[in-house]
Amino acid sequence: MNQEAPILKTEGLKISYGSTPAINGISIEIRPNRVTAVIGPSGCGKSTLLRTFNRMNDFIPNIKTEGQVWFRGQNMFHPKVDPVNIRKHVGMVFQRPNPFPKSIYKNITWGPTIHSYAGNLDELVEKSLKRAALWDEVKSRLHDSAFDLSGGQQQRLCIARTIAMNPDVILMDEPCSALDPKATARIEDLIGELRSRYTIVIVTHNMQQAARISDETLFLYEGNLIESGKTKALFTNPTKQQTEDYITGRFG
Amino acid sequence: MLHKHAKFVDVSFKGLLWLCIGATLTTTTLVVVILGTEAYHFFSLVPITEFLFGTHWEPLIEPRSFGVLPLVCGTGMIVLGSIAFALPIGLGIATYLSEFAPNWVRSTIKPTLEILAGIPTVVYGYFALTFITPILRSLFPETEIFNAASGAIVVGIMILPMISSLCDDAFRGLPSSLREGGYALGATPYEVVTRVVLPAAGGRIGAAVILAVSRAIGETMAVTLAAGASPNLTANPFESIQTMTAYIVQVSLGDTPVGGVEYLTCFAVAGLLFTITFIMNVIGSQLLLKTQWQSRS
Repeated sequence: MNQEAPILKTEGLKISYGSTPAINGISIEIRPNRVTAVIGPSGCGKSTLLRTFNRMNDFIPNIKTEGQVWFRGQNMFHPKVDPVNIRKHVGMVFQRPNPFPKSIYKNITWGPTIHSYAGNLDELVEKSLKRAALWDEVKSRLHDSAFDLSGGQQQRLCIARTIAMNPDVILMDEPCSALDPKATARIEDLIGELRSRYTIVIVTHNMQQAARISDETLFLYEGNLIESGKTKALFTNPTKQQTEDYITGRFG
Repeated sequence: MLHKHAKFVDVSFKGLLWLCIGATLTTTTLVVVILGTEAYHFFSLVPITEFLFGTHWEPLIEPRSFGVLPLVCGTGMIVLGSIAFALPIGLGIATYLSEFAPNWVRSTIKPTLEILAGIPTVVYGYFALTFITPILRSLFPETEIFNAASGAIVVGIMILPMISSLCDDAFRGLPSSLREGGYALGATPYEVVTRVVLPAAGGRIGAAVILAVSRAIGETMAVTLAAGASPNLTANPFESIQTMTAYIVQVSLGDTPVGGVEYLTCFAVAGLLFTITFIMNVIGSQLLLKTQWQSRS
């Protein structure tokens, strides 16, 4: 596949909760092996957009999705597509760390085990924790409860758990919003390291964070895509007045 | 003046509340004291080892024997049978209600289950005798009219609302982020329920079972009607048995002279029953407290 072909693509995506519109026709392309940040004020639809990419919105009653979404050229909402299969390839990290009430080791092996992973689990745990920059801190206590870890460590464990599934895309929904600045910095460093292997889409309300870690940025406002492009260009030279107002902190 | 009046109301109101608490505490204390002294009298006549480890229970007819094990065995059969009946069904109901049911189904089934909990226990006994037992007898012809299986099933129906409601609370107490974590890793609803929800709620399911066991042990009317009054040391669920509670009913109803050793057996059995249910309740509530969902973030 062409390196520059979009891995995720939407066309005329419209989502509403009951009669409340959340996304009003968004067409975007997300390129592989980049970090794409989705920014915008609260309620602009950025989490809704993110959750479309692994069909987590399926769990919300009365939600209506129109338009097209493609993952690797495949229509994600085709009736024959099983969302369970999509989620094997598109992982997700949530706002608050949500490890399972199990050991660190079992948190990593949980996903691969239910999909009958054939390889060596010990090696998988080590590799995943190393990639999530958590190995050195936990290698001596892999069988302790995940709840014994700090919030930042728990979040890196959740990233490791996602990595263990060997996904193509990792979606991150404000992964640092429950963390202190030091833990946030560690996660940001980690995202930089993961960029070479995975496509990362991160929702953040922290504009500095988006500017620091992303290659491309999408700016959403009231369910509309206002502006998108290279992060550097968008932050230094926005073409739309609303974008400039938002990134300079005039609203949001 | 007004201030004084307010103060008077305040003090007398508090006094009234203390009176309520005092009445409860006094009653409880008196019950325990009476149970203790009468059981003490019994054990001065019958050695406690004979009572606890004897395998023959014939306290009312000569030659008397006071081995409580047949009654304990009878109660045990009812408890095991009712849990075996109610736990799988209760877990199933709770799983469906908390994980899959649309709101309108949930809001219909929950009150229905609570009605089940409000039916007088004597009605359950009658139901066992006239409905469950005939079915059992048509399936297993060797079944006696009074039998442990019928009692166990009917007690299982009685504790079903409790088990399903406590398990439902346990599941709904788990944060939805936990389920999302499972789904995001490509798990099916079945895998999320069996590998995330059930294990995470394990402690509280255990607590629900223990509280239900304690309810089953104390159940009286239905088992007296359904399971009979024959203190047999048996493992055959189709035979008639007698539970500890059913024995107490038998003695309380009969013309047993007050003060005799046969009268005192009642208190010994009640004391044992109280001790078992008390321990169960303590373990159950401790488990419930300890396993409240907690996560650090």
